[in-house]
Amino acid sequence: MELRVENVSVARGGITVLQGVGFAVQPGQVLILRGPNGVGKTTLLRVIAGLQPSVAGTVFGGGDAVAYAAHADGLKATLTVAENLAFWAAIYGTRGVEAALVGMNLVDLRGRLAANLSAGQKRRLGLARLLVTGRPVWVLDEPTVSLDVASVALFGDALRGHLAVGGSALIATHIDLGVAAEVLDLTPFKARIGTVSGDFDAAFGGDFA
Amino acid sequence: MIALLIRDVRLAVRAGGGFGLGLAFFLLVAVLVPLGVGPDGGTLARIAPGILWVGALLACLLSLDRLFALDYEDGSLDLLVTAPIPLEGVVAVKALAHWMVTGLPLTLVAPVLGVLLNLPAPGYFWLVVSLALGTPALSVIGAFGAALTVGLKRGGLLLSLLVLPLYVPTLIFGAEAVKRGAEGMATGTPLALLAAITAGAAALLPFAAAAAIRINLR
Amino acid sequence: MSLWEYANPQKFMHLSRRVLPFVAGAAALCLIVGLVWGFFATPNDYKQGPTVKIIYLHVPAAMMAINAWVMMLVASLIWLIRRHHVSALTAKAAAPVGLVFTLIALATGALWGQPMWGTWWAWDPRLTSFLILALFYLGYIALWAAVDDPDTAADLTGILCIVGSVFALLSRYAVNFWNQGLHQGASLSLDKEENVSDVFWFPLLVCIAGFVLMFVALVLLRTRTEIRARRLAALIARERMG
Repeated sequence: MELRVENVSVARGGITVLQGVGFAVQPGQVLILRGPNGVGKTTLLRVIAGLQPSVAGTVFGGGDAVAYAAHADGLKATLTVAENLAFWAAIYGTRGVEAALVGMNLVDLRGRLAANLSAGQKRRLGLARLLVTGRPVWVLDEPTVSLDVASVALFGDALRGHLAVGGSALIATHIDLGVAAEVLDLTPFKARIGTVSGDFDAAFGGDFA
Repeated sequence: MIALLIRDVRLAVRAGGGFGLGLAFFLLVAVLVPLGVGPDGGTLARIAPGILWVGALLACLLSLDRLFALDYEDGSLDLLVTAPIPLEGVVAVKALAHWMVTGLPLTLVAPVLGVLLNLPAPGYFWLVVSLALGTPALSVIGAFGAALTVGLKRGGLLLSLLVLPLYVPTLIFGAEAVKRGAEGMATGTPLALLAAITAGAAALLPFAAAAAIRINLR
Repeated sequence: MSLWEYANPQKFMHLSRRVLPFVAGAAALCLIVGLVWGFFATPNDYKQGPTVKIIYLHVPAAMMAINAWVMMLVASLIWLIRRHHVSALTAKAAAPVGLVFTLIALATGALWGQPMWGTWWAWDPRLTSFLILALFYLGYIALWAAVDDPDTAADLTGILCIVGSVFALLSRYAVNFWNQGLHQGASLSLDKEENVSDVFWFPLLVCIAGFVLMFVALVLLRTRTEIRARRLAALIARERMG
């Protein structure tokens, strides 16, 4: 399924940060989002994942097709690696826990509590969660934070596997994942100075006594 | 859904804190009140239904601020919102899990504490029945309050301020049922009203709570 | 011309600026006339003596304490359904006014209760209900204060107001069930006019009108302040972007 974003504007804290963003991601394709800090990458990804509404424009093929992963991995410190994954597999109604453990090289750690993992291992577990969701569109916000070179390569393999079965991915990242990808720089979509979101501007920005 | 219930109960039991803390608090109330009020059996018997209900209510309140806040902090709440189960269901299940680790144990230990407070013999049955009927309402109402305050710093204090007035009807009908039961009077009316509050709250408040969570996440 | 046009902040500011002095003046006039009439020109009650005159503050304040919450409920519903910012801000503006009316009703009730019932406070159902109402107001105001983003705060307090209204009603019945009470029946009702004789009735009506107008004036004034504060925040946000 295609993920298509048409003329979308997004706001953070009542201020529009990105305006008129449009792109499409086909199955088997990866789109990398670039742009300086604060340009609105995270906000845009949250809108596409359905966590917050856009100010204007439409997202097609988002919402229920999306597996979202951001800075926080959503891990429970007092559950083991396998229990964390099994929980998400049950929520998504899938059974790919073993494959995901193998895919992110977590087999040896399966019985360990998430509290006792290193930052990179936690990140790998967070990415393994994507594998058990069984959803076609991955929307990832800086997925490689705290991963070493070997783990980035591992993630690249997992991503290629996901693409091979018709999945797609939208990734905000600054590093090279070793996967053929298109790159979209968000800087040109930066909102004009002083654009306050939605009806807020019309309602409160005008001149009155 | 069941996976979520199992996870929340397992987390509460493994983390220890939330599970035991409410019970310990309830025990403390039952021990401290006679020390403050005096050992006179008649006085204690008269105030026992109210003290036990207030104690259970406050013990319930104690762990509410962590109901959604922990999932919010570690990012699980974002992931649950994007998961293929309705958020209303998530709220209801998390409230049920909260009840299983607070309301249910409180209900089960309440008769023991009733002994400490010299609760008259006919009151024990009604104490257990009224707590069993009423504590689910405390968890669901609390889940609504927790949803309103989920993204806030120092949300715990605000949560108490928001939730306590909402607890008034439950407390009144619950304590009244025990009081009447202990005096050998008919308890049908307050128990029916208590059950009605629980049923109504469980049916409707998950929608309000889910709306509040969506607003807080955006 | 639709009523909803006044939901636009600019239209609201223009209209309220013109209306506010008249409403405030009428409120002052009614309160002065009503209170002077009530305090100095009515006879003492044969049973309650001069203490009865506190009804000129107690009854209107108690009525407005409840009406203010109802107004907040309506305003919250309008905000949640139609997304008019002014509506959310009037609800925010009305809450402290409603709380103060509740506290006036409680304080005058205590002053009246002391000579009549021999106690400052009794857990009478009406008194208890007003105490609980004050807690609802406190929670509502605290939630507005705690949330940074104004639209988020408006949404959350709107939901709280709706849920709170249901529970406030439930509490009212629960409290009645819990204690039958000492409080006298309604001082005012259309079918039981003989409750209060005409001598007391007319100045009381004037006082009630005064309290209603005072409420409207205060809410208009406070809403204007809230709109200006929102505008200020919008301008500051714009500066930061630049």
